[in-house]
Amino acid sequence: MKLGYYPGCSLHATGREYGESTVATLRALEVELREIDDWSCCGATSAHATNHLLSVALPARNLALAEAQGLDEVLAPCAACFSRLATARHEIAADAALAQRVASVLDRPFTNHVAVRNVVDVLRASIPALKAKVMKPLAGMKVACYYGCLLLRPTEIAGFDDPEAPTSMEDVVRATGATPVGWNMRLECCGAALSLARTSSVVRLGRAIVEDARRAGADAIAVACPMCHSNLDFRQSAMTRRGEAEMPVVYLTELVGLALGIDPAELGLGRHFVSTSSLVARAAAPPPAPAPAKVPQQGAAKGVA
Amino acid sequence: MSRIGVFVCHCGENIGRTVDAARVARELSTLPGVAHSEDYKYMCSDPGQALIKNAIAEKKLTGVVVAACSPHMHEKTFRRACSSAGLNPFLCEMANIREHCSWIHGERERATDKAVDLTRFIVEKVKRNVPLETIRIPVERRALVIGGGIAGIQAALDIADGGREVVLVEKEPSIGGHMSQLSETFPTLDCSQCILTPRMVEVYQHPRIKLLAYSEVDEVSGYIGNFTVKIRRKARSVDENLCNGCGACQKVCIVKKVASEFDAGLGKRTAIYVPFPQAVPNIPVIDRANCAHFKAKAKGLKKDACGKCKEECARGAVDFEQVDTFVTMKVGAIVVATGYQLYSIGKEQPATLKGYGEYGYGTIPDVIDGLQFERLASASGPTGGKILRPSDGKEPKRVVFLQCIGSRDPEKGIEYCSKICCMYVAKHTMLYRHKVHDGEATVFYMDIRAGGKGYEEFVRRAIEEDGARYVRGRVARLVRDGDVVKVYGFDTLSGEPMVIDADLVVLATAMRPQPGIEALAQKLSVSYDGHGFINEAHPKLRPVETNTAGVYIAGACQAPRDIPDAVAMASAAASKILGLFSQEMLEREPTVAKVDAALCAGCFHCERVCPYGAVERREIRDRKGNLLKVVAEVNGGVCQGCGTCQATCPSKAVELQGFTDEQIFAQINALAI
Repeated sequence: MKLGYYPGCSLHATGREYGESTVATLRALEVELREIDDWSCCGATSAHATNHLLSVALPARNLALAEAQGLDEVLAPCAACFSRLATARHEIAADAALAQRVASVLDRPFTNHVAVRNVVDVLRASIPALKAKVMKPLAGMKVACYYGCLLLRPTEIAGFDDPEAPTSMEDVVRATGATPVGWNMRLECCGAALSLARTSSVVRLGRAIVEDARRAGADAIAVACPMCHSNLDFRQSAMTRRGEAEMPVVYLTELVGLALGIDPAELGLGRHFVSTSSLVARAAAPPPAPAPAKVPQQGAAKGVA
Repeated sequence: MSRIGVFVCHCGENIGRTVDAARVARELSTLPGVAHSEDYKYMCSDPGQALIKNAIAEKKLTGVVVAACSPHMHEKTFRRACSSAGLNPFLCEMANIREHCSWIHGERERATDKAVDLTRFIVEKVKRNVPLETIRIPVERRALVIGGGIAGIQAALDIADGGREVVLVEKEPSIGGHMSQLSETFPTLDCSQCILTPRMVEVYQHPRIKLLAYSEVDEVSGYIGNFTVKIRRKARSVDENLCNGCGACQKVCIVKKVASEFDAGLGKRTAIYVPFPQAVPNIPVIDRANCAHFKAKAKGLKKDACGKCKEECARGAVDFEQVDTFVTMKVGAIVVATGYQLYSIGKEQPATLKGYGEYGYGTIPDVIDGLQFERLASASGPTGGKILRPSDGKEPKRVVFLQCIGSRDPEKGIEYCSKICCMYVAKHTMLYRHKVHDGEATVFYMDIRAGGKGYEEFVRRAIEEDGARYVRGRVARLVRDGDVVKVYGFDTLSGEPMVIDADLVVLATAMRPQPGIEALAQKLSVSYDGHGFINEAHPKLRPVETNTAGVYIAGACQAPRDIPDAVAMASAAASKILGLFSQEMLEREPTVAKVDAALCAGCFHCERVCPYGAVERREIRDRKGNLLKVVAEVNGGVCQGCGTCQATCPSKAVELQGFTDEQIFAQINALAI
């Protein structure tokens, strides 16, 4: 399978390990990724809040580039990129007048036929291949799947899972041999957009999420969005009270990569703020031992690889 | 040569104001074949009818055209008049110059011209009418009632009390339906079982009711007055004639933890069981999917794994070898009273429904549905009538009720209102507050629909006397948090989001028709809507009839219904059937399709398009018995005269009597002149 790859800004910056693990994992699953040449911003940060035409034209530009490179499908792992690209595609298809305005500012041919896919959707579709290739099943590992807001909504645009009772991440986690836990906060807001403007709100929201995952007995939280990740991982030290163990927050692609036996360094597992060594150790030495000692001092984790 | 009489009516001012009736009569009199033409102020009056009768006698008319109102109004009147004057009634027709002309036009000249045309083309048709004879078919005066809930019970008793035989078929081991599961009923709070069980016993003991419980309708053929039905009697594994209902078999059954259907999954039962103590008939059935004996057999074990019930039964009634048997019988009319099921809010949804994963039904034990609450509140229920929550058996101090779960939610697949939920939720809050005095009952509602005698007063009582708190708004999510269920809701009147820590949440889920209703409807050739509810013949004027003559509906198989509605429908259907059964022969209009066997090529396109299943196959043989060909034949008892076969037939072998191609073309040609 061949997929266009739109990393967006995060996957080259704060979410670098998401990009690394996506590339490594999909390579192992024999999905060929071709990064779109000369891709630009998707407009997630400020364009869609300030200028509607710009917010549609920016993703359209990237989709037009993909078209020009002969791609039928584009993978956008970042949930915000995915949402912007898919929303623009949806809006242009539904509104002929908008399509014309976009065409006039794009200044390049654009037929809007490239499908936009998310990494969770692609991984779920690859479950049979994944099951066949699992080298180090994550047996005994309990994972809280955290969906966040943009991955599934709005339904008519995201459309690959039920936004109120999704199962796709759990299905993928199960295929790695790990056990998804039942918990309550998997669809709640992490406060992403307020990360800098109102950090205290983000800490409050994030704490509720991490706490619930801990109560459900999870060993890790799995995410598929760089904003969710930075809020839950980078801000976790502020959410954690003395004596509480920190909760590793990993990308779904990292978990899958671990199960596929990919080198943790290649997956970027050393780039986290909350140490992932407990998970790495567990993946390295199946069958599972009773809960391994964790909680290294936070802060020291960055740069282990 | 035809001798047609034309009678033009003024209908007082109704026609006379805009149509010059005298001119219509005058112009028609010049038409070839018209022997008599006159106008009169009220043709339907006695003197008006006398004009027609006299003209028939004096002028020896071969046909009559009355230019007046719609045939729906007075065709019967005029045909009766013709009949009494010795003219075949089907030689009389009406030209509608009122609804189709005078009422909708203003210009007198042109309206009169149109009235002339309308009358003229009917004259051309009547010239080609032939005498038809009313079809008379014998009636089998026994009714079949499908479904033994309150609607089926009521219909069966009414018909039987009216002196006719009834066969009552129920697919469950006992009759009683959902009503037997209810605790108390709105708006009077009388005990559901107390008013129902005497009716159930009455059914069982009635000399004219044959009860076939644990049975299903397999096949239906025939037509009004003459249905043949094949009923599958499912294997109970207990001989109904030998069993005396002592209950010994259930005491020794080793399988004790099957979720009880009667207790909506909250209680347990044995594998050989009677659904509830007042069951009718009080004869156990073996649930073969859960019975140790049958499970071992299914696995291929030679040795009998268990035979305790059989050993214990003093009457030798337990019979592991029993198989399904079939009964075939003739009935003259059928009542469908198959009732409802509750919207399943868990994950098993038909593709068209989206479910409510956000409410965690099935994963959070203290989220239950309305029927489950009924069982908790019922004295015969798993908790003996104490309100105790399923997770830990504690008495819930805060109960939240959510209305319209599934109903009125096109996003989730059901746009209709389930009608009963507003009332039963009000009842639930009352029952709860009567049993748990320090408890808090909160209801999230969209609107309160309490139309019905004493209904609004009942809801007010729940709020004002029993202190139920009503919050207008929806709930976004239910999550389990320790031993409470967090209810994330929104009060749309104050505009405030709210979070309630509830001990128990009750979802008032939508009513849906029973599974399998479509298959049954197809067997009966009755139509159903997109949700599977059976369509009535007319939403206002024929509420308990279907589009198939002789098949009637009662209760929630037609739409969400409460008990009074279901009972009223059942009695209405019963009275319709008693009316039908009051005669030995049925009279049917002869305007049915007829096949010309000489022209029929046997392609059976007509059979495929007939919505009523009226087309049959007939073999034509020579004298030696050699098969010459197979032709279509229309069963006049079933045919409703829709004409679809006539339009479909490639060789023009089917004609609808009274509406032949020749007649219709003559009408059209008359207009073209």
